[in-house]
Amino acid sequence: MLKIDNLHAEIDGKTILNGLTLEIPAGEVHAIMGPNGAGKSTLAYVLGGRPGYEVTQGSVSFNGVDLLDLEPHERAAAGLFLGFQYPVEIPGVSNLQFLREALNSQRKARGEEALTGGEFLKLAKDKAALLKLDPDMLKRHVNVGFSGGEKKRAEMVQMGILDPKFAVLDETDSGLDIDALRVVGDGINAIMRDPAKGVLLITHYQRLLEVVKPDKVSILSQGRIVRTGGPELAIELENEGYDAVMADA
Amino acid sequence: MPEAAELPTRREEGWRYSAVERLQGEALDDWRTIDIAAGETFRDTMVIRDADGPQPTRLHRWRVTIGEGATCELFAVLAAAEYARLEVEVTLHKGAHFEFGGITVGGRDTVREFVTRTIHAEPEATSNQTVRAVHWGHGTGNFLGNIDVVRHAQKTDAAQDFKGLLLEKGASVNAVPQLEIFADDVKCAHGASVGQLDETARFYMAARGVSPELARRLMVQAFLGDALVALDDDETRETLMQIALDKVDKAL
Repeated sequence: MLKIDNLHAEIDGKTILNGLTLEIPAGEVHAIMGPNGAGKSTLAYVLGGRPGYEVTQGSVSFNGVDLLDLEPHERAAAGLFLGFQYPVEIPGVSNLQFLREALNSQRKARGEEALTGGEFLKLAKDKAALLKLDPDMLKRHVNVGFSGGEKKRAEMVQMGILDPKFAVLDETDSGLDIDALRVVGDGINAIMRDPAKGVLLITHYQRLLEVVKPDKVSILSQGRIVRTGGPELAIELENEGYDAVMADA
Repeated sequence: MPEAAELPTRREEGWRYSAVERLQGEALDDWRTIDIAAGETFRDTMVIRDADGPQPTRLHRWRVTIGEGATCELFAVLAAAEYARLEVEVTLHKGAHFEFGGITVGGRDTVREFVTRTIHAEPEATSNQTVRAVHWGHGTGNFLGNIDVVRHAQKTDAAQDFKGLLLEKGASVNAVPQLEIFADDVKCAHGASVGQLDETARFYMAARGVSPELARRLMVQAFLGDALVALDDDETRETLMQIALDKVDKAL
């Protein structure tokens, strides 16, 4: 489904990703863990196509398509969802307007019919209920005045509405309290646990992985994958820390 | 007297950023007079748009008197003409209210401007002015806003807010708030800022599938919306917004 091969990327001339290779087949939840500065968020942004992140070598294939050849909005239409570590505020644009435009833009790009206002509203309310987000918040401007936890829930409501094939979730668990973590984790399972879908889950903590059980866990260090294992690798990391585990690698 | 001698120059404060060279042959003394009787409400809109055909200069000068307890609401969109200027001189009597919402949009080397002089001549009058300017190319948007509060006009509450959005390098906006306050129990708020489209927000929208053009339209719409928020006629508000947005879309 997602095949990253020997990926090198830099920001302002500084190399961050340094030969990263990773393959995530459909039906797999793959957790990426790694110390600060390892390149986790850079990986997420490179996959999303953020301006300023320059790929200097390597390739990314998404369902057989050269992902790096697509504009950011085309990647979304192809079925890629990027969950932001710091969701962005957009004053003056309501969640409902934004998400309806986003969904219908994606549908149009895929040759599907646009949803009517009524159909969209029902979908949005269903997904808000799934994430236990007050539906009135959908009327508010995108992320404006939302708490850290509300932003992350809203991010998952967006994912539910857009129903992507593959999600790259960048520290979706940061800033969540214990209850919210469970709600968000259950939401990820409900939306993305599917034999036809895949998830790349970037996290620092084992706690989210107790809810969203990964099929595989990889450690990212200095811009490359240094070790891949099963869910037990995350527990090992939690108990022993990066230095000890990577010394074994 | 030769007409050229009477033309304003950029040395005059009210014409500092204007395309004064385009005033040749314009009727500078042609003021429209609007007198609003006590207790009445008056609303008018003014639109300068491409559909009206090619226009080198559009100069509009309005002199408004708002009677005791009366309300005047003016909303304007300047989206065409090489040089477009709406100048409004307003005198407020006791307890009157003046509401002004203005939008300038333009590229190439066009100049579009609002010049207001708001005279709080009696106590307890209120005024609120919101201007939004979106420019690109070498387009210029100006807002020169004078607020005069005379000595006995206590409890005046005046507000003036300007924001400029520059879509391309080379465009410019000028904001000149001028407050002359001779009463001591008044509120006069003013603010001005200039910025560009938030690139982080654009990427965020793109990551959800919104094309760069649509993202820009949504953000420009959100930006301009403030100028029309006080207009409580949905249809007119929608029409004015559409004219401004279409102009941006057509040009970029």
